[in-house]
Amino acid sequence: MSGLGATLLSSALSIVMATVLGVLLGVALTYGWIGLRLAARLYVDVLRGIPLLVLILFTYYGLALFGVNVSAFWAGVIALGGFATAHVAENFRGAVSSIPSGQMEAAKSIGLPFVNRLRYVVLPQAFRRMLPPWVNTALEIVKGTTLLSIIGVVELLLASQQAMARNYMIIDFYLFTGLVYVAINFTLSRIGARLERRFTFARS
Amino acid sequence: MIDYHFDWTVITRNAGFLADALLLGLGLAVASLAIGCLIGLLAAYARLSRWRLLSGAVWIYVELIRCIPLLLLIFFLYFGLPELGVRFLDKFETFVAALSIYAGAYMCEVFRAGLESIPRQYVEASKAIGLRPWQRQRYVVLPVMFRITLPSISNNLISLFKDTSLAAAIAVPELTFAARQINANTFRVMEAWLTASALYLLTAYAIAIALRQVERRYAAIR
Amino acid sequence: MTDPILLQARGVTKSFGGVNVLKGIDLDVLQGQVVSLIGASGSGKTTFLRCVNLLEEHDGGEILLDGEPIGYRDQGGRRVRLSEARVSAQRARIGMVFQQFNLFPHLTASGNVTLGLTKVLGKSKAEAQEIAEHWLDRVGLSAHSARHPYELSGGQQQRVAIARAVAMQPRLLLFDEVTSALDPELVAEVLTVMRSLAESGMTMLLVSHEMLFVREVSDHVLFLEQGRVAVEGPPSQVFDQPENERLRSFLGRFHGLFGASSA
Repeated sequence: MSGLGATLLSSALSIVMATVLGVLLGVALTYGWIGLRLAARLYVDVLRGIPLLVLILFTYYGLALFGVNVSAFWAGVIALGGFATAHVAENFRGAVSSIPSGQMEAAKSIGLPFVNRLRYVVLPQAFRRMLPPWVNTALEIVKGTTLLSIIGVVELLLASQQAMARNYMIIDFYLFTGLVYVAINFTLSRIGARLERRFTFARS
Repeated sequence: MIDYHFDWTVITRNAGFLADALLLGLGLAVASLAIGCLIGLLAAYARLSRWRLLSGAVWIYVELIRCIPLLLLIFFLYFGLPELGVRFLDKFETFVAALSIYAGAYMCEVFRAGLESIPRQYVEASKAIGLRPWQRQRYVVLPVMFRITLPSISNNLISLFKDTSLAAAIAVPELTFAARQINANTFRVMEAWLTASALYLLTAYAIAIALRQVERRYAAIR
Repeated sequence: MTDPILLQARGVTKSFGGVNVLKGIDLDVLQGQVVSLIGASGSGKTTFLRCVNLLEEHDGGEILLDGEPIGYRDQGGRRVRLSEARVSAQRARIGMVFQQFNLFPHLTASGNVTLGLTKVLGKSKAEAQEIAEHWLDRVGLSAHSARHPYELSGGQQQRVAIARAVAMQPRLLLFDEVTSALDPELVAEVLTVMRSLAESGMTMLLVSHEMLFVREVSDHVLFLEQGRVAVEGPPSQVFDQPENERLRSFLGRFHGLFGASSA
């Protein structure tokens, strides 16, 4: 099952990319000066409004057109990551806006500069609030990697379809493949739930 | 090759094709939402039922669907069901079936949350005026729940519309399929995908704006 | 009294969306003094306090801390906003205690106190911990230093907030209606802490509706009305012979309180 490796690797790469870039974009979306904020808003809204499959196909054909030679795998990771970045950024903004403004004020009043206010006061609280939607985004990414099969990446779904074509055990392979996805995603949501419990510090 | 020369005539020449594709996608989304809502509503009541086996079964359905990729479900119904002797569905029906099953699980969660959030007083008041159980649901609980869940229903319609792009994988000629055809036949990569992206984006926004009007109309209840 | 002027406000103005909230506030706080702002809600007391700590930016006039303008510097007659780093450094010299406590919910009581000590003042963890223990002890909470805010009562939370502010060794402490959000039975414990701070020589500027307390601890009281200082003077003068009609009617609302205590 080499397909499983491609599924896990593309998921992990996309999730890491989306988490890092999404939080940065979320900061721009929340605290940026007006031009930056509008640009971030545009990115977030456009990428959330276009189907993932279209983004993947567009990236795959588009990158080649502009002479950027990347494999289908990386084109897919870029598209998936870019898509999830928009979701993470929006989740970040939502999480931050649910933190009472007094938190930022108290951090200001003890003289913490902006970066430290983010790091020690806003982010620890935002991350906990972001966790449930972040897990959902991660699930969407894992499921979204099946779309990479359409641009020829031999991930789990395409690998099992190729196996079916060889030995005609269609139903068995679909059920097995489904079970693998359920196993991955169920594990992800359990980890998410556990983290959530671990980071609960207030009932407010 | 940064000096790409746009040739939008491929789009204008295919305008009718694209329009049909867009409408087909919308139709698929609406049909799936309708069936999905029906499944979701029944499933939500089942989920809240006192019969543990029933609510457990629905829980498994919802959790499974949350974990299984839509494309896998589509392929399973399209390639797998015939193996089991189910051959009466064409690709359109297969796709609507897959998307409805998918939507049903998400709508089940929406409706369950909606049903649980209805204040107990409404039910008690409707008991007090002597409504029978099904009348309480029909005239009090469901209308209130519908208003509470309307924003979620809108969001689901938009994401279902975006999900119709997956129908391209079984050659249903909706927008993504159309864009791919144009891309393949003319090599006008940018025109094809920019147009498809813009159409999805505009339609999603149009749906959002239209449904916000509906929400505003029914927002009387808080 | 030859104490130097610590905080000086001259003609401070501030408007929100066309509404003039502060219409030229003048005020001096000498070192070691307790100065109180009283007045009806909407009179500008809290806005002024927030301007002192740069949570709001004043539009006109100037606020000087130890003779140094807060938030702006003068460049050839133009007001130039200070850099983020300078603003933060100025804020660090002014402590503030809020009506809603604003404790950081993800940190323990001692974590709340040490954050500024380590990240702003650059103290070592051990040293910060020692200072935190000292101040938590001063506010009577040494037994609760490892608790999170949600495990503490409102009065305890507010005392942690005071420890957080005073541990930074600020030149000036601002108190913004710090007892208004508390249940009545919890007010006294917070006032006790504030009283002991005042007695230890801390310079304090407070906005409060606790008239008895204001009268007792203040060296100077200002009655604000519609963004202006309407009456000011020592508490005996402001409370005992109010000549201003509005002040009289404002204090009249607390009359029951006074009657009960002075009887």
